[in-house]
Amino acid sequence: MSLPMESILLPGNPACQGCPHALGLRALSVLENVVLVVPAGCTTIISGVHPKASFSVPVLHVPFASAVAVASGLAAAYKQEGVEANVVVWMGDGAADIGFATISGAAVRNEDIIVVVSDNEAYMNTGIQSSGTTFWKAKTTTSPGGKSEEKKDLAGIMLMHRIPYVATASVGYLQDFVNKLRRVSEIRGFRFIHLHSPCPPGWRFDSSKTVEIARLAVKSGAWILWEYDGRFRISSPSKPYKDETKRVPLEEYIKTQGRFRGLSGEDIEEIKKKVEEQWKFVLTMEKTFK
Amino acid sequence: MSSWLEHLIAKSSEGSAGKTGLWRTFKPVHNVEKCNRCLLCLYYCPENVIKVYHHRFIIINYEYCKGCGICAEICPQDAIEMVEEEE
Ligand SMILES: Cc1ncc(C[n+]2csc(CCOP(=O)(O)OP(=O)(O)O)c2C)c(N)n1
Ligand code: SF4
Ligand SMILES: [Mg+2]
Repeated sequence: MSLPMESILLPGNPACQGCPHALGLRALSVLENVVLVVPAGCTTIISGVHPKASFSVPVLHVPFASAVAVASGLAAAYKQEGVEANVVVWMGDGAADIGFATISGAAVRNEDIIVVVSDNEAYMNTGIQSSGTTFWKAKTTTSPGGKSEEKKDLAGIMLMHRIPYVATASVGYLQDFVNKLRRVSEIRGFRFIHLHSPCPPGWRFDSSKTVEIARLAVKSGAWILWEYDGRFRISSPSKPYKDETKRVPLEEYIKTQGRFRGLSGEDIEEIKKKVEEQWKFVLTMEKTFK
Repeated sequence: MSSWLEHLIAKSSEGSAGKTGLWRTFKPVHNVEKCNRCLLCLYYCPENVIKVYHHRFIIINYEYCKGCGICAEICPQDAIEMVEEEE
C-alpha cells in the first residue's frame, strides 16, 4: 500500500460520518500543487464554515455550469504566469448533469485540467434528488417509486471524446484510485475520473459501511473499474469479475441499501440485464482500444 | 492584499465545523496487541484523525473523530472495537 498519510481535507470538517467525498479527497492528496475548483454540492459545505476553511489547498467556489470553463481559464492563467499548479475540478454527479456543456467543451479543446466526478448517484446536498447517474430503480425524493429512467454512463461518454485519459474509480479501492491519480499526473491535457461514491444518508446505510458497499458494487459487477490512456484496460480489482460466475450475486449489493427497499424479483432481473449490457460495452472497448 | 479583502478569504483550519467528536455515539478503541500495523484504518479514515507513532502506536484524535466506524469495519485483525459513548 502506498496511500497518502495526510489529507488535503482537515479534521473537524462538516462532512457527514462515513462520507465518500472525504475518502476520495484523501486519495486526491497524492497530487502536488492542487488547486480545487468546486461547483455547488456537498463538497461546498464540506469545505468549511467561514471564516474557517477545511481544505489545506486553495479552493475556488463556482456556479455549476461554469465549473470546467473556470478551471480551463485558471489553468491557462497559471501557465502564463509560470505557476506550477494542478487545477482539479471536484464535482458531483448533479454538477456533471447541469454543467455538462462546459465539461464537453473543455474536453474537445483538450484543456490541461483534471476533472473528478465524485458520483454518489443523486443530488445529495439538496435532499437526494435523482440524477442522470442514479442507479436503476433506486428511490430518491424525485423517484419515490424507484428510478424509471436510464442510468447514463458518464465515463463512457467522456471516453467517446477521445481525451488523453479517462478512468472509473471507487472509494472502496483507494489504492487503485491513487494509482490512477499518479498516472494522471504524468499526462497533460484533459483527464477525467469518474469516482463511485456510496453515500450513507443518501443511499440509506450505516456510516461504517461506505467502503464495504463500494466494494460490493465492484464485486457484483454493478460498477466496473477501467482505465483508458490510448489503451483501454479493465483495472485489477474488476478483472476477476469479467467472469460472470466469479461475481457476488447482485442481490448482495442491492440488499445493503435502503434506497432499493421493496424491489421485486422482476426489478432485479431487469437491473441484471442492464449490468450485463454494461459489461458487454466495457469488454468491447477493451477489444477496440488494445 | 487589502485588509477588508483578507476577511473575505477563509483560512485553513482544523475544526471548521467545531469539535466534531461531539457527533459520536460510538467510539473506536484500538487494541495494540491485535494490531498488525497494516494501517488500513489510517488510509481509510475519512476524517484523517488516525495517526501512527513509532510505526506501532495508533492514536485516534477523539476531538474530531465522528465515530463513523469505517476503521472498525476495515480492520482485518478486528483490532478496533466500537464502544458506546456515555452521556
Ligand atoms: C445554478 C444552481 N442551481 C441549483 C443549485 C442548488 N444546488 C445546490 S447543490 C445541488 C446538488 C448537487 O448535487 P451533486 O453535484 O450530485 O453533488 P452532491 O451534493 O451529491 O455531492 C443543487 C441542485 C445551485 N446551487 N445552483
Ligand atoms: S450527504 Fe453523502 S455525500 Fe453529502 S456530505 Fe453527507 S455523506 Fe457526504
Ligand atoms: Mg451527487
